[in-house]
Amino acid sequence: MSRIINNPDFVVEDMLKGYVKAHANLLAGTDNPRVLKYKNAPVEGKVGIVTGGGSGHKPAFIGYIGKNMCDAVAVGEIFSSPAAQAFFQAMKEADSGKGVACLYGNYAGDNMNVRMAVKMAKKEGILVKTVVANDDAASAPPEEAQRRRGVAGEVLMWKIAGAKAAMGAGLDEVIAAAQKAINNTRSVGIGTRPCTIPAVGHPNFTIEEGMMEVGIGHHGEPGVSVQPLKTADEIAKQMLEILLPDLPFHTGDEVVVLLSGLGATPVMEQYIVYNKVAEILDRKEIKVHRAYVGNYFTSLEMMGVTLTVMRLDEELKELIDMPAESVGLTQF
Amino acid sequence: MTFKNKDGIAIVESLITTIQANRDYLSEIDGKIGDGDHGINMNKGFTLCGARIKGREYNMSEALQVLSSTLLTDIGGSMGPLYGVFFEAMADASEGKEEIDAAIFGEMLQAALEEVQEIGNAKRGDKTLLDTLIPAVEAYSSALAEGMDFYTALVELKEAARTGWCSTEEMVARIGRASRLGERSRGVLDAGATSCYLMLHAMASAIQQLIR
Repeated sequence: MSRIINNPDFVVEDMLKGYVKAHANLLAGTDNPRVLKYKNAPVEGKVGIVTGGGSGHKPAFIGYIGKNMCDAVAVGEIFSSPAAQAFFQAMKEADSGKGVACLYGNYAGDNMNVRMAVKMAKKEGILVKTVVANDDAASAPPEEAQRRRGVAGEVLMWKIAGAKAAMGAGLDEVIAAAQKAINNTRSVGIGTRPCTIPAVGHPNFTIEEGMMEVGIGHHGEPGVSVQPLKTADEIAKQMLEILLPDLPFHTGDEVVVLLSGLGATPVMEQYIVYNKVAEILDRKEIKVHRAYVGNYFTSLEMMGVTLTVMRLDEELKELIDMPAESVGLTQF
Repeated sequence: MTFKNKDGIAIVESLITTIQANRDYLSEIDGKIGDGDHGINMNKGFTLCGARIKGREYNMSEALQVLSSTLLTDIGGSMGPLYGVFFEAMADASEGKEEIDAAIFGEMLQAALEEVQEIGNAKRGDKTLLDTLIPAVEAYSSALAEGMDFYTALVELKEAARTGWCSTEEMVARIGRASRLGERSRGVLDAGATSCYLMLHAMASAIQQLIR
């Protein structure tokens, strides 16, 4: 482990201090050192968008704070849910009186802490509704979709909900849009090398050299199979073979594609995979309305990629096209 | 057989030193089927609590309240809320009581168990801390019902907690991150069940010292 850190127990604290200094034009700290907010939050007359999750997934989660995106974000230890108090504080920072949509990923810790935070918010008269992302198609069979993890599809969920809220929609409409976004989104990951939590000092799972794990989770959760490493083209094909039948996506669909590196895979390789993804979708006459390629949702220095596809309707199309400004996603 | 709430601060101190001493052990167990950070996060929370109660004249209930709010505010993860509500329930059930007897401690345990069950949604056999906690609380209650004294009931509690903890080794995880491993989670102790055993053991032993 040749990491560039100070005290391994305080990497999150140290990172947050640097983050606020670097992006002071866009975001700010709060009374709770584990909560960052959009500099203009709460935005008058707008439903607040809140998320949160463990650290180590840069630019998620704090990278999606910004204009027409998230208003406040709770930050946890590496790969560990933020505390209930942090989620609660984020809800307070985001609420302009129109209520708060808390949009997060399906993990045991996050579920518990958000549930407690919603109770705390209710006591203070803040109305919070939630959507739990479960886009990882490889994490459980379709009939157990409620067990599936939330992964990079969360970025698209935040984009959609952030845009909906910015248009002046009420809380129920924002929640409905976020739920629609995640219901129409599927993701899958492939890992080729594990990652190490600095305070632990060694990887807590292994991927043998020359092998790849299909369906791996954002924290190294085991996937559906371990296979010899294939070419980028074959990987693209294999990931689509998992995703497309799961929703299912059909000929004639319009989609958004998000291809993210897991941290250590060069962006160059991500485009090599994307090339084949686009080719296969084109052949199936599935139209890519918009594509995002880059490190959108990582897992420290894990090597590998995740592929996310979201099916669009008119509403989702309008919302995904709206301008946004955040560290992780900016579009004009 | 009773102890004074104000002397009960020793129980919280014992919890803190126990977690600190087992930081690496808990992370090692967690690393086999989890992230490997259970000991690190627990140690961070309990050490922070230690600093917050140091030099203050807290009784047991107040110190448990500090421990609870530290876990809920600063730790997060799954263990923050689970142990947060656990200690909060114990603090609430003993608040305002000067003398803690066997019955009051039984109420503390029962309240703590109910809170953890409510928030965690796990059942016995899911390979979680409940597999330590449920048999421990049951053994303690039946010991009292059978007329055993406080000290002996705590012996029963420790034994049942240990048996329950060890039973998680052969279980397949059905909730939380390890559940994604399915059969691969068999053959390893559950980290939460382990920290729960260590804490119940530390608490019971500290009380035995106080009431002896």
